[in-house]
Amino acid sequence: MSVFLYMVEHDRGRIEETALGGLTGARLLAEAMGARLQAAVIGEGAEAVAGEIDPYGPEEIHLVRHPMLTDYGPDAWADSLVQLAASVDAAAVMADGTDRGNEVMAQLGARMDLAMVANCLEIEADGAGDGGDWLMTRVRWGGSLHERARLSAPTKLVTLAPHSTEAAPAPRPGGGRVSMFTPSLDESALTTMVLDRVTVSEGITLATAPVVVSGGRGVGSVEGFTILEELADLLGGAVGCSRVVTNNGWKNHKFQVGQTGTVVAPDLYIACGISGAIQHWVGMMNAKNVLAINIDPDAPMVTKADWAVIADLHEVVPAITAEVTRRRGLARETG
Amino acid sequence: MRILACVKRVPAPGAKIILTPDGQDIDAALLGFTVSPHEECAVEEAVRIVEREGGSVTVMTLGPPEAEEQLRSAVAVGADSGVLLSTDDPDWDPVSTAKALAAAVAEMEAGAGRPFDLILFGNESADSCGYQVGIRTARMLDRPIVNGIKGIDAGEGSVTLRRETPSGSEVYRLPLPAVVGVKEGINLPRYPTLKGRMAARRASIERMEPAAGSSGQSKVMLATPPAAGSTVDILGEGAEAAPAVVDVMEGLGLL
Repeated sequence: MSVFLYMVEHDRGRIEETALGGLTGARLLAEAMGARLQAAVIGEGAEAVAGEIDPYGPEEIHLVRHPMLTDYGPDAWADSLVQLAASVDAAAVMADGTDRGNEVMAQLGARMDLAMVANCLEIEADGAGDGGDWLMTRVRWGGSLHERARLSAPTKLVTLAPHSTEAAPAPRPGGGRVSMFTPSLDESALTTMVLDRVTVSEGITLATAPVVVSGGRGVGSVEGFTILEELADLLGGAVGCSRVVTNNGWKNHKFQVGQTGTVVAPDLYIACGISGAIQHWVGMMNAKNVLAINIDPDAPMVTKADWAVIADLHEVVPAITAEVTRRRGLARETG
Repeated sequence: MRILACVKRVPAPGAKIILTPDGQDIDAALLGFTVSPHEECAVEEAVRIVEREGGSVTVMTLGPPEAEEQLRSAVAVGADSGVLLSTDDPDWDPVSTAKALAAAVAEMEAGAGRPFDLILFGNESADSCGYQVGIRTARMLDRPIVNGIKGIDAGEGSVTLRRETPSGSEVYRLPLPAVVGVKEGINLPRYPTLKGRMAARRASIERMEPAAGSSGQSKVMLATPPAAGSTVDILGEGAEAAPAVVDVMEGLGLL
């Protein structure tokens, strides 16, 4: 039985929110292909992560430890993973399609001179037997286009599109085996290690806000965002914007929702004066509910939304803010 | 500083991607083309560093003959020269692309007698989203690379880099020569000036023939994902719709 190796992403012992879903996807893939799934946890804090991932069913968890592995570094992590993959004779190595996951796996591909297929949604074997080709559906254009791809390689290297599989525990009786692996690392791998960190505490962040009030070209100016900020504050949400807004200098890029900005999945996304170009849509298409406010009833954002108001946002947004305030006041009086 | 910025010509789709009937490509007949967004910022960053530190910016792309347009647009915003690895084959996999770019870099550096101090890539291309051409090219050139960079501080013999994380940012420092994958937001690219446009028209574009290869990854076909199939509920027109909107918010438990 061949071995599939999945790299669990974590930051000094704090597991990434995509990892349990990724591990589940990797386990289902290994089961479908008759392979054994093993997990790699690299560096500082690996032990803590091992306990968290064990219920998700890896047959073996490799704690990859070395005095140099005190923090993240693409070279040190890729060197470690290459050596572990060789030592377990992995037929496939996988990670999540995140910044770090894609970076480490690309480094792995470069080291092994093998293809690396990024952000796969579905993978299947083309025919029976180990070592055959894989056919996969992968993400292009941030998710607005799918590519059917073929991978033929002695060792399959892939990343899994984040959130493509929902995390589902599958505990093994007695748990998975935990083992230590010590790679041999060269000093040169320290070159790309994290040197320092700057921590910013922002309170409600765009990426995690339950409500995002977002503005596009229709907002018209820097000042135009004031009414969006008022509504967002009132709802305990965050303000977002489209790429046009950033390019016009109305908002800093950190507010940008989209393929090259922040990807959000709030309970409610309020798109004010946003037409809904692909660049923007792929950044918020996982919102649970979408409300579009636009003067154009044919705008793609309107036709794809759950609810829409055909109006000038400058009129309706303050009216919504006033109505929320009024109802809260009533609730307080009666409550 | 001698800086090389590597860019990709990509179509600029609007709200919907239309495929050719055979599913092999995007139907770009009605689309404009642009430089992939992260790389637009890579060019701007290169120009800004050279404005501060002196030096030159070369822009390189592997693409169809029409990609000359993207090289000229980079010259229009301050790059000095362009290099086109011209190919009619639209399906270059990441490994072959990196090999061709690395070979071209080696040839240019041999000609100049010294390496580029800094090579900039975009974090990932807008269209194929492979996340690897920069990394592979750096590895082939035996240079360090960190991807996802939103801040570059060029110093004496090194660059200090900033990469954003959900809780703040990470700092990296690479000795030169180095390669950096940048993300949109590192800067706000400028618009070309009239003088820039004229320089772009006159700029000489060097052409090189890339050697194609294959790596084991191949495209079978493209497909647009199934639409969510929701139908929009129009709550009203104008400010009178506000109560209906707040009803929705109340229904979602957001008040």
